[in-house]
Amino acid sequence: MPDTLTQNPPAPESAPTDRCSRGVPVSGAEILIRSLEAEGVEFVFGYPGGAVIKIYDEMHRIGPQFEHVLVRHEQGAAHAAEGYAKATGNVGTVLVTSGPGATNTVTGIADAYMDSIPIVVFTGQVPTKLIGNDAFQECDIIGVTRSITKHSFLVRDVRELASTVKKAYHIARTGRPGPVVVDLPKDVIADSAPFEWPEHVTLRGYDFVGRGEKGQVALAARMIAEAERPLFYVGGGTLISGAGEIVTRLARMTRIPVTTTLHGLGAFPETDPLSLGMLGMHGTWYANQAVQHCDLLIAVGARFDDRVTGKTDAWAPHARIIHIDIDPACISKNIPADCPILGDVSTVLEQLEPLLPGASRAPKDLSRWHRQIDTWKAECPLAWKRDGKLRPQHVVEALRDRTGGHAIVVSDVGQNQMWAAQHFTYAEPRSHITSGGLGTMGFSLPAAMGAAFGVRARAERGQADDTQAAPALPVISINGDGGFLMNVQELGVIAAHKLPVKIVVLNNSFLGMVRQWQELFHGERYSHTDLTPTNPDFVALAAAFGIPGLRCTSPDAVEATISKAWDITDGPVLMEFRVVTEEMVFPMVPAGAATGDMIVQRFNPENCA
Amino acid sequence: MSMTAPALTPQQLFRKQVSGESLQQGDPDTVHAHTIVVTLENSIGALNRVANLFSARGFNLESVAVGPTTDPTTSRLTLVTTGNDRIIGQVLQQLNNLVDTLVVDDVTDGAFVERELCLVKVAAKPEERNALTGVADIFRGNVVNITPDSITFEVTGPTTKVNAFIGMMHEYDVHEVARSGRVAMRRHLAFEHNQ
Repeated sequence: MPDTLTQNPPAPESAPTDRCSRGVPVSGAEILIRSLEAEGVEFVFGYPGGAVIKIYDEMHRIGPQFEHVLVRHEQGAAHAAEGYAKATGNVGTVLVTSGPGATNTVTGIADAYMDSIPIVVFTGQVPTKLIGNDAFQECDIIGVTRSITKHSFLVRDVRELASTVKKAYHIARTGRPGPVVVDLPKDVIADSAPFEWPEHVTLRGYDFVGRGEKGQVALAARMIAEAERPLFYVGGGTLISGAGEIVTRLARMTRIPVTTTLHGLGAFPETDPLSLGMLGMHGTWYANQAVQHCDLLIAVGARFDDRVTGKTDAWAPHARIIHIDIDPACISKNIPADCPILGDVSTVLEQLEPLLPGASRAPKDLSRWHRQIDTWKAECPLAWKRDGKLRPQHVVEALRDRTGGHAIVVSDVGQNQMWAAQHFTYAEPRSHITSGGLGTMGFSLPAAMGAAFGVRARAERGQADDTQAAPALPVISINGDGGFLMNVQELGVIAAHKLPVKIVVLNNSFLGMVRQWQELFHGERYSHTDLTPTNPDFVALAAAFGIPGLRCTSPDAVEATISKAWDITDGPVLMEFRVVTEEMVFPMVPAGAATGDMIVQRFNPENCA
Repeated sequence: MSMTAPALTPQQLFRKQVSGESLQQGDPDTVHAHTIVVTLENSIGALNRVANLFSARGFNLESVAVGPTTDPTTSRLTLVTTGNDRIIGQVLQQLNNLVDTLVVDDVTDGAFVERELCLVKVAAKPEERNALTGVADIFRGNVVNITPDSITFEVTGPTTKVNAFIGMMHEYDVHEVARSGRVAMRRHLAFEHNQ
């Protein structure tokens, strides 16, 4: 930029801290940018508009330390921030304009709230004077998002901006993480004040417990020592707390089998014989059998969701329950815990470790329980029909074999999500990202984009530091043909940034999960689930965005297609698999039924002889 | 699903007991009213968040009263809600989880005083006034306004007393009733209560 018009010599690049220490007033927009830098933000996923134009202008002038990623729809920004947060453990950041810009993020905010994902969403707002006047692009986003945020702020004074940003990130990141909305009226952004980054956050009404209560931890240890048929039930909170390693160590030390929730996948390696895979509605039959017969259930960072428990009255009828969670409202919410332990999962497990059988003495003999589980595993393993037709499970298993399980799988919602959960065999923390609580179709593509940005940045940092950083894991986005189109616009961003995302479309030309329920529970009346008339040519669609596309229609070509896709390393690639329309996800606990009553195979006259 | 309910395991019975549910199948849950005093940040939206929590999570909200305290940065909220033990536990935890709440105290578990104020405007011709004030006297009510054809009473007391007074007034031509919602306070100082 030529400086000929500037009166004073331009400030050097490293100036901000000097400027703030001198207490020079700067614009609210600059305060926001400096605050994000101070917070260590790497990426801002955003979309400009009238109410935030000043922020974008200052970004252009300053050239901030973070990278702004221009998405193509604000919902994409929110999901990208979620994907980034899930893959890296950092807080995701979103910046959008007022009104429609803000409301377009609502689905992503609700999604982050349900799945405890730390994101901060900055929304533009009309000037303070116009609030409540039905001004152009006005929306009370604080009101709209009140029940789907951990907290929210409307900044009314530029002098409170920096401290509000600090509070927002603190609240989003700590305790049980979640989304925070910061609403920024246009006049506050234009106003000026010195930039002062506070050293501490003061929030007198906000607190969370780290260490578990000693007596409760001791009680849990006694319960574990007494149990004949104990079972670990590991949820997403374990991964949030970074407790994958210690859970694995404890399970192996005590020889207690492990089942994980959808969000717990990766916390315990599914390659381990102690692993029972996922439990719940589409969990393995043997995991659910183990739940129904265990005498002790050790719930770790899990929340007893209805997709896990089915009918709560009939769930785990013989089990005493130890429940470790950081959110007091989660404990005993759905099923009363015999031994509630409030605290950070990692910390509590570290407290528990020395007290457990196996730590100082030989682990308890659980061989009868192990034999029982092995019998169940043999009786009804996860299986699919190998009959020469292209089945989606085949694709997921081929992806696993290609990567050796070392990948970040970002699944969408529906059948594709369940197949991805059942058949990939997760072995590492943060290797599985999905929209579990809200079940947001259209999540996978933008979330994979956010994850890919985070993974690439980490690999580049590793190279720059010359540390022995692991090479960037491949990011695989697994979609159905329905959900893929819901945020397909982000293909443009993935292409522009040459993100090496492996995009998989399991195309069965149907809204498959709804179709499955229609077939099983609604008399095979396929009301509005056939997508054949409206589906595009997916390979041509990718080509329109400059992304190479591959189509696979035969089971014999699955491995070759994946091989070709993996040869492309300098950017994204899309693989469309034309899979069997009638394929269903099994086993299954019908909604609201008892976990003991699983459907293990297709309702089919041939099977009901 | 079978038509006859299977017998409950000891663990299932235990869970029902902990939830405050009836142990007999088919019986309604054991539901109690709870009075909860919340101290919260005196900031924009704080009250909204509390009220919103009740609708968003499907909790009952029978009464709310809010006002300033001796500390200008906080306000005090008295809520009355109903539910079994499990639901009340949830209400308390969810309230605690709000960033704006400083103290959440279910005063129902100890000795506490609870008061509500009501204003009742009754049509009253001059010849009816004596009878009306006679009733109000029994409730230690005050006349706060009088016009040629109406009287407005103020009655303060526990909700049962206020209900009884309004019930008596319905013998006459009640035009308007305004109730403050309940406010409550523990009988003891906090340190006494902790002992």
